[in-house]
Amino acid sequence: MDDPAPVPPPADARRSFLAKLMAMVGGGLATLTPVAAGVWMTLDPLRRKSSAASFLPITKVESVPDDGLPRQFPVIADRTDAWTGFEAEPIGAVYLRREQGSDTIEAFSATCPHAGCFIELDKRDRCFRCPCHNSAFTLDGGIVSPSPSPRTMDALECEVRDGRVAVKWENYYSGIAEKVARP
Amino acid sequence: MSDAPAPRTRRGPLAKLADFFDDRTGYRAVVHEALYERVPGGARWRYVWGSTLVFAFVTQMITGLVLWSSYSASAQTAWESVYFIQHEMAGGWLVRGIHHVMAQAMVVLLALHLMQVVIDGAYRAPREVNFWLGLILMKLVLGMALTGYLLPWDQKGYWATRVATNLAGLVPLIGPSLQQLVVGGPDYGHHTLTRFFALHAGFLPGTLIAFLVVHLTLFRKHGLCAKQPITKPDCMFWPDQVLKDVVAMLAVLAVVLGVILLPAVRAMVEGRPIVPGELGAELGAPADPSQPYAAARPEWYFLFLFQFLKVFEGWGADGEFLGAIVVPGVLLGMMFLMPLVGRWKLGHRFNVLFTVAILVGAGLLTAMALREDYAAAWADREAYADVEQLIEETGNDPEKIAATLGNDEARIAEFQAKAHELEEIRRSEAFFAAVKQAEAEAHRAVELAGRPERIPPGGALELIRTDPLSQGPILFAQHCSSCHAHVDPAAPEAAELMAASSAANLSRFGSAAWARGLLDPELVAGPAYFGNTAHAEGDMVSYVTNDMTDRDSWSEEQIEAVAVALAAEAAVVDDEPLDPAIVEQGRALMADEERCGSCHHAGDNETENGYAPDLAGWAGREWLIGIITDPNHERFYPETNDRMPSFGVAEEGGVPALSATQIGLLADWLRGEWYRGE
Repeated sequence: MDDPAPVPPPADARRSFLAKLMAMVGGGLATLTPVAAGVWMTLDPLRRKSSAASFLPITKVESVPDDGLPRQFPVIADRTDAWTGFEAEPIGAVYLRREQGSDTIEAFSATCPHAGCFIELDKRDRCFRCPCHNSAFTLDGGIVSPSPSPRTMDALECEVRDGRVAVKWENYYSGIAEKVARP
Repeated sequence: MSDAPAPRTRRGPLAKLADFFDDRTGYRAVVHEALYERVPGGARWRYVWGSTLVFAFVTQMITGLVLWSSYSASAQTAWESVYFIQHEMAGGWLVRGIHHVMAQAMVVLLALHLMQVVIDGAYRAPREVNFWLGLILMKLVLGMALTGYLLPWDQKGYWATRVATNLAGLVPLIGPSLQQLVVGGPDYGHHTLTRFFALHAGFLPGTLIAFLVVHLTLFRKHGLCAKQPITKPDCMFWPDQVLKDVVAMLAVLAVVLGVILLPAVRAMVEGRPIVPGELGAELGAPADPSQPYAAARPEWYFLFLFQFLKVFEGWGADGEFLGAIVVPGVLLGMMFLMPLVGRWKLGHRFNVLFTVAILVGAGLLTAMALREDYAAAWADREAYADVEQLIEETGNDPEKIAATLGNDEARIAEFQAKAHELEEIRRSEAFFAAVKQAEAEAHRAVELAGRPERIPPGGALELIRTDPLSQGPILFAQHCSSCHAHVDPAAPEAAELMAASSAANLSRFGSAAWARGLLDPELVAGPAYFGNTAHAEGDMVSYVTNDMTDRDSWSEEQIEAVAVALAAEAAVVDDEPLDPAIVEQGRALMADEERCGSCHHAGDNETENGYAPDLAGWAGREWLIGIITDPNHERFYPETNDRMPSFGVAEEGGVPALSATQIGLLADWLRGEWYRGE
């Protein structure tokens, strides 16, 4: 097919400014509507709150030997993940520790305050170690220097009632000097 | 144009069809534009990197779409669908393997392409914008690598992603919100997967295609940035440069396939069977937030960032912020400034040095990370025996150590240096152990998923949480190991572990070998049995050491018969074959009210439970569940229980220490009852 003969462009009409404006506004609105709806939905996770931050039963006092060596216990709680509800699921882990002859129990979150890895107990050297970036902590959660961790291990509120240990389970932001609980 | 369409006479039907479409689309000009690009100075190998990247990306799209068609992004189906792809679908291991290894090849090719562009000065005017586009494309590729790592929802991807998203939380002001948006809520779960998948397979590649089109268009607009000085005659892109590009693509593909198939070749050479599911990409155990994963490492090309976080030891929160956000941000910002820096007289040299420095720095950090993790592989452990002994003897007390070393500063410094090295080696050993354990867990998960009953609707995690082999050791460590040992008596560390325990060694409890030990006067009062308990002074120890050593009342055959009969009551898995005649003889001796039956209820004797544990069904599943639930029950030790807690009994208003399911898992694990693959 041959190209058609060139046709001169139409003269710029007087109302062309208005037409341009309307085309831009209309086109913008048409595109922005799905974008805005999409952003609205994408931001949904911001209004979700963690179901945590309540006292959860962990174990009996006798299960924490009074030798000053921490023991790891799973934290069991009902949990929802978007549309799925889990009944009595392990949702994390805590270390419980009891000094000799003492009835008070210290509780630490097993989550490393540096970057969120799972802290392990080194029984031989009697300290906590994070396997990721080499943070080490003393048995009472203090920092072993030099350490990349910005703060000590996160102690959790711990209650002993009728021989049972309950811990206020919270998640904290990692990588910052202050211990700030996640909402 | 020199190659204008030929006169339209006597053209065949195919040519006519081509003319028809060309008239209406102008495709010939497009193809011509694409292929007949002038390459100043002729085709060169150094120009192939961009094409290999396009090839790698196309490979990723093809394999990615196929994987997509079999993948299901949710916390109960992601691992499961990837398991199915990897271990059961025809060719699944190959497609996933190519996708996995090609992603790594792409990172290498990116580095090579960047090097070539910087060294050739191809970022200078008028190609600045295209250079920036290239940097954006690089970020997009790295973003796809990061998001793809999570999608199998295995322990490795899960824990690596936790770290990566926690670092996102460090961004000033918006960090916490950004993290929550990426994670899809306050906790990791379905929406972490759906979001990462949407990023990995939709948003990032879509954006990448858009930028790639502009990148290539601009590349064509400016033409190839030729290596100076030009010494050879020019040539056309097609076919000379394309041929070189294709050879390079095939080389990349060969490397990728080589990485995937090398283990198969090795297996063939060693005469082992080839398991396709074990080729290509790894699949770890399913993600479990309650189970530690000490082998957590990012993919190798992010190891330098991982190692970089360790560099800032002792810097507190600033260190992590610097290492994860500021320094990488500044370096990337400087790369964006390269075209501007390049205008300065020495700018090009600076840019080349800068790029080389970044790549060498990243290489060094990667090497450091690997050296730390694998230090134990080449360390001479014996050279540290004295240091280790000194630490142990002094309890690592600096004053005591200094005193032992005669307060000699040189010796103390030497000791400290060696102690530091020793700690690195120990960490590396811990890493090796963690990798080994992770492999065992992964293998078990795959074995369970392959059972004829298939994976339950709750997902693979449910399989593992109801698997005695997986849960037994964990529950035992948590609830039993503070008193009981569980170690093969023949193992080198057995003596030490048993001496440290305060109750019987439960390894192979219920087997004929265990029962023989119980009736052995040399062993019954030792640490493997009652030695470290209140029963060391009890009637059983006294009976075995006094009455049963009297050969007039107990012959060796009779003792052996009782041991075998006990093992027959227990009937643990994989015990030695038991002779039924001997079992019968032993049962009669056990029930005999002049012998065992004087204290124990056994068989059909009249002895009532209460004084000594019931031997009917001894160490069987029900018996074990009973004693773990409540050792104070009259079948076990109502009067003489030493210290064993009643794990299955709840105090008023409370919950028991162990649920019935957990006690069942422990009993099954102690008895060796778990699913064994074919």
